[in-house]
Amino acid sequence: MLTATNLECVRGGHVLFTDLNFSVKSGELLQIHGPNGSGKTSLLRMLCGLTQPNTGKITWNDSNIRSLGEQYYSSLTYLGHMIGIKDDLTAIENLSISCALAGLEVDNKMALDALQQIGLKGRENLLARVLSQGQRRRVSLARLLLVKTKLWILDEPLTALDVTAIKLIKEKLEWFLAQGGMVILTTHQDIDISAAAIHHLHLN
Amino acid sequence: MSINWYKYAAPSSFYFLAGKLIPFFTVLAVILLVAGLYIGFFVAPTDFQQGEAYRIIFIHVPAAWMSMFLYVVMAFWAGIGLAFNTRLSSMFATAIAPTGALFTFIALWTGAWWGKPMWGTWWVWDARLTSELILLFLYIGFMSLQAAIDDPRRADKAGAVIALVGVVNIPIIYFSVQWWNTLHQGASVSVMQSPKMATAMLVGMLVMVLAAWMYSIALILLRARNIILERESHTSWVAELKETTR
Amino acid sequence: MLAMRRQADVLITLFFFIIVVSLFPLGVGPEMNILRAIAPGVLWVAALLASMLSLGRLFSIDYMDGTLEQLLISPSPLFLLVLGKMVSHWLVSGLPLVLMAPILGIQYDLSMEALSVLTLSLLIGTPILSLIGAIGAALTLGVRGGGVLVSLLVLPLYIPILIFGAGAVEASAAGLGYDAHFSLLGAFLLVSLVFAPWAAAASLRISME
Repeated sequence: MLTATNLECVRGGHVLFTDLNFSVKSGELLQIHGPNGSGKTSLLRMLCGLTQPNTGKITWNDSNIRSLGEQYYSSLTYLGHMIGIKDDLTAIENLSISCALAGLEVDNKMALDALQQIGLKGRENLLARVLSQGQRRRVSLARLLLVKTKLWILDEPLTALDVTAIKLIKEKLEWFLAQGGMVILTTHQDIDISAAAIHHLHLN
Repeated sequence: MSINWYKYAAPSSFYFLAGKLIPFFTVLAVILLVAGLYIGFFVAPTDFQQGEAYRIIFIHVPAAWMSMFLYVVMAFWAGIGLAFNTRLSSMFATAIAPTGALFTFIALWTGAWWGKPMWGTWWVWDARLTSELILLFLYIGFMSLQAAIDDPRRADKAGAVIALVGVVNIPIIYFSVQWWNTLHQGASVSVMQSPKMATAMLVGMLVMVLAAWMYSIALILLRARNIILERESHTSWVAELKETTR
Repeated sequence: MLAMRRQADVLITLFFFIIVVSLFPLGVGPEMNILRAIAPGVLWVAALLASMLSLGRLFSIDYMDGTLEQLLISPSPLFLLVLGKMVSHWLVSGLPLVLMAPILGIQYDLSMEALSVLTLSLLIGTPILSLIGAIGAALTLGVRGGGVLVSLLVLPLYIPILIFGAGAVEASAAGLGYDAHFSLLGAFLLVSLVFAPWAAAASLRISME
C-alpha cells in the first residue's frame, strides 16, 4: 500500500500543493487531474522518490520510501514525461536496456513478443530515430508487458497514441489491476478503466 | 540549554539574534583593526633584514590564515546542511564563501606586493603561493556553482558536495604542490626566516588576526541575514517584518 | 549496461587531443630541446582538457531523454550504475588518448623509456580524470553555462594528477626514479574508485530534484 501524508510541494518559491493526503491499495487506481503546471509531474516524481517533499512523507507498506530505497524501486515501474528512448539504439535494444535497468532479465524472444503485442511488428530492428512519436511511446510502454512490479506510476502514458494502442493499454491496465496491482496515472484523455476502486485527485 | 540552541537554529530567530550581534562585532572589528594597524605601522620596529616592506605581513598573514580556515568552516557547515537538511547551516556556508574568497585574494595580492621588494619578483611558483591560488579557484568554483543553480535547495546541496570534495582534496593538493616544488628545486624561499619576532610585531599580528575574525563574523552574519530574507520571503514572519518597518 | 555511443564522439575527443598537442610546437618554436622538456606537461594538460571536454556528454543525454530518471529508480545500486558510466567515459575518452600518446610523444622526440612511462602514467591517471570529472558533470546537469562551470569545478581537483603524471615522465627523462609517482597515482586511483562513484551518485540525486 502506498500512502502519502501531508505532502507539500514548493517550486520556485511558490506552493504548488499542500496538505495532500491519499492512499492506494492493491487493485486500486489513482487518477490525478489538473491543468498544466498544477504539479502533477512533480507529485509523481515525489512518489517515485526522485524529489523530496518539503513536508510530509510517503510510505510503502508503512515504511518511508526514503529508507526503503532500492527495495521500493524493485516494486515500482515509472514511465515519465521523457520516455527514455535513445535515438541511436533499435527498438529492441531500447527495450532490453530499459528492462535491464529495472533489474529484469529478458531474452530476445520475450522482448520481440512484447514489441509485437504492442503493435511494432516488423519494426523491432529499426533505429528509434526513424520511429514516429507514437511508436517511440509504444516502445517505452512495451516494458509494462514484461515487468513484474506491484506499483505503476505513469505520467501521461497515452500521449501520441492512436485508438488501438489506447485500447491495448487500457486492457493491460485492467488486467494488471485485476491481478492486484496499483496504478497511479495522469492523463488529459478520458479513459474508462474498471478497477476495484478508482480514486480521483484534483490539483489546481 | 539545548532548547535554546534549537530555537536559534530556526532562521527567523537567528535573523533577530544576528541583528543584535552585528553592531557588536562590527565595533570590535573596527577597534581591533585600528589598534592593529597602529601597532603594525607605528609601534612595531623596522625589521633589520627586510626593512619597512615587511609590515605588509600584518595584513597578509591574517588574510592567509582566514582564507584557509574559512574554507574548512564553510565545508563544515555545508556538510552539516547536507547531512541533516538544516537550512540555516547551508545558508551560513553560502554566506562564508565570498568573505573567504576575499581573504584569499587579499593574501595573494599582498603576497605579491611583499614579494616584489623581497624576492625581486611579483610571483614565484612557491608551494604556498600555488596552493593559495588553487584555494581561490576552489572558492570561485563553489560560488559559481551556487550562483548558476536557481533552486536554492539544490544549490545548497550541490555546493556542499563540491565543498566537501574540495576539503578532502586540499591536503592532497597542498602535498602534491610541495612535492612538485621541491622536485623542481625552484625558488626555495622560506617565508618565516626570522625565528625571533619582536613582541610588538607579534602583538600587532595577533590583534590583526582578531580584527579579521571579528570582521568575518560581522560580515558573514550580515550576509546570512540577507540570504534568510531572500529565501524566506514567502513566509509570514518576513511579511510581518515588512509591515513593521514600513 | 554500457551505453553505446556514436563513433564520432571518440574521434572528436581524440582529434582534439592531437590538435592541441600539435599546436604547441607552432607556438613555442621547433627547438627540439625545449619541446622535449615541455612534452610531458603539454601531453598531460591536453589529456586533461580532452577528458574534461567530453564530460558534458556523460550524463546530459540521459538527463534529457529521461534515462537518468530510470537510473535513479533502478533496483540496482546507483553507485554501481554510475561506476559503469565512468568506465564507459574512460573507454571512450581516456583509452584512445593513452593509445595515441606514444605517437605524439615521438613528435616531441621523447626517448623510448620516457614514452613508455608517459603511456603508463596516462593509463593510471586518465581513469582518475573520468572518476572525479563525473562528480562535476553530475553537479552541473541542466545548469546555465554548465560546460564552462564543469571546468571551473573540476580542473583544480585534477592538479595532483597532473603533477604526478607529468612528474613521472620528467623524472624518467632526468634519469631519476619514478616509482613513487606511480605509487601515488595508483593510490589516487584507488581512493577515487572508492569515493567518486558514491559522490557522483549523491550529486545525481541532488541534480534531479
